[in-house]
Amino acid sequence: MSEKTRSRGERPSWTGAARDFLAGRLPLEHLLPERQPYYVGSWVYVFGVITIAALVWTIASGVVLAFFGPQWWHVSSVGRFFNSLHFWSVQLFFIFMVLHLWGQYFAAGWRDGRAPTWMIGAVIFLVSIVAGFTGYVSQQNFDSQWIAINAKDAVNATGAGSLFNILNFGQMYGLHVMLIPVAVTVLVVLHVVQIRMRGVVRPIEHGKPRS
Amino acid sequence: MSTRAAEQEAYYRGIRMVRYDLLKEVAVALAVTLALTVVMAAVLSSPDIQPETIQSWSQNQPVDFVTTATGELAGTTTSAGYGAPYNDGSGSVQSIGFFSPQAWAGVHEPVDPAQDFVLKPLQAAAAGNGALTTAISQYNGATDKQRQGWLDAYTKALKDAKADSGQVTVAAGEYGPLPAMMANLLQLARAGGLDGYLISGGRFYQTDYTRPLLFMGDGTYLSSLAGDQHLLGNQWGMMNETGSYPGQAWLWLYTMWYQLPPYNGAPNADMLVVLTMLVLSLALVLVPFIPVLRDIPRWLPLHRLIWRSDHSGDQSGPGAITEAQSPEAGGSQGSA
Repeated sequence: MSEKTRSRGERPSWTGAARDFLAGRLPLEHLLPERQPYYVGSWVYVFGVITIAALVWTIASGVVLAFFGPQWWHVSSVGRFFNSLHFWSVQLFFIFMVLHLWGQYFAAGWRDGRAPTWMIGAVIFLVSIVAGFTGYVSQQNFDSQWIAINAKDAVNATGAGSLFNILNFGQMYGLHVMLIPVAVTVLVVLHVVQIRMRGVVRPIEHGKPRS
Repeated sequence: MSTRAAEQEAYYRGIRMVRYDLLKEVAVALAVTLALTVVMAAVLSSPDIQPETIQSWSQNQPVDFVTTATGELAGTTTSAGYGAPYNDGSGSVQSIGFFSPQAWAGVHEPVDPAQDFVLKPLQAAAAGNGALTTAISQYNGATDKQRQGWLDAYTKALKDAKADSGQVTVAAGEYGPLPAMMANLLQLARAGGLDGYLISGGRFYQTDYTRPLLFMGDGTYLSSLAGDQHLLGNQWGMMNETGSYPGQAWLWLYTMWYQLPPYNGAPNADMLVVLTMLVLSLALVLVPFIPVLRDIPRWLPLHRLIWRSDHSGDQSGPGAITEAQSPEAGGSQGSA
């Protein structure tokens, strides 16, 4: 492709170099595949996509809650319904993420050069816990009051209390609705790109591919 | 063919490829999770127990409120002697030997409970209240020994205090101006004025609840309500939610350490638990490089459940269309 768009001997532009890099690393037939190894038919592979689907609804319901403000759902039945959507989509997100994590652990999904995929996935799990925690202390109800009072000691004990004041609703809410969701989303995109770049790992008993 | 495509073709050599519709699988997953979420939201709703206020605390347990406020003046509450990041105390500063990041981080959110929770609100409320102005002047003008004597005696008397019609009464004694000060503070709190004063902090816009939450956390009212909702630390509280709703169940491992020795009896339990979890989290991320941990999946036959079709010959499953169903049946190598 690059030969068609630039003269012989011409050095690629930054744009051209980026396009060549992406085309080489992530061809479209890998990003949106129509054929996969037969073993991808196992139900275990469904957990990952359900986790992403639950994340989509978590973010969608969270956007609605953020649009109307943190007090809306306490005084509006529609707001309460959207908070319930948010609450249950978060529960589904974690349930299926944990199932996906265990599934990939027992499949040893990091084999054959896929360690970065596993590592990004584990970081997503850890960052999601922070997302969940900041959400719980942003609820503006009794649970958030008590969790904030209780959890501050653990955060303070590490010295992180000088950066993260659990009792500061504004800081926790800002982290919850903006920075952490962006971090989770970017990491999920990277995770999926890693999977699509390298393909799904072979079953353990297949061993390494024949040369 | 790109380098990556060639690599993947080599990787899958000898493995049967089947038709697979990624976007269809995503669409079905979105529809199923939306349906599940809507049904659960509609049927089960979500937890929302109203937050407590200093007003509700002082109205429901005035003796606990006055006892806590007196403790703030005496410097005996958790907040008064907490340490970093709130003040120069050391009561809640945790360390392992010389390792004390909490102390090293220093004070970043200055809180002086005696001044911030009691004396400054009283001074603000003293405008036009001669008796209160006199009481505050008497307290501020007293020697440390006098103040300590009044505080000790009043704290002791509060153990047998009685609450009636919004007033807290104790047996007669040498308490100096404390009964007058506390009666006014209680009145201010019951009217809701103390909530506003502690939250505003002299600013119009405010989202920082550090002061009112620290003050309320020093009393026993909030913790007794938390105990009723099984939210205390010794009740696996961090992973629970009010009522019967699921909470942060994913914190089970973090919460578990607080239930076990030596963590549950250690003065630096929070630090030990957090460090333990940091190590375990790092191990989770680095599983591919840790011997034994990375080998367990090969040793256990659980992977046979994952790739059951590989062993049973059944190669059907969600998202996959077998070669037999495929109009392109016959090919053993995909386009990758």
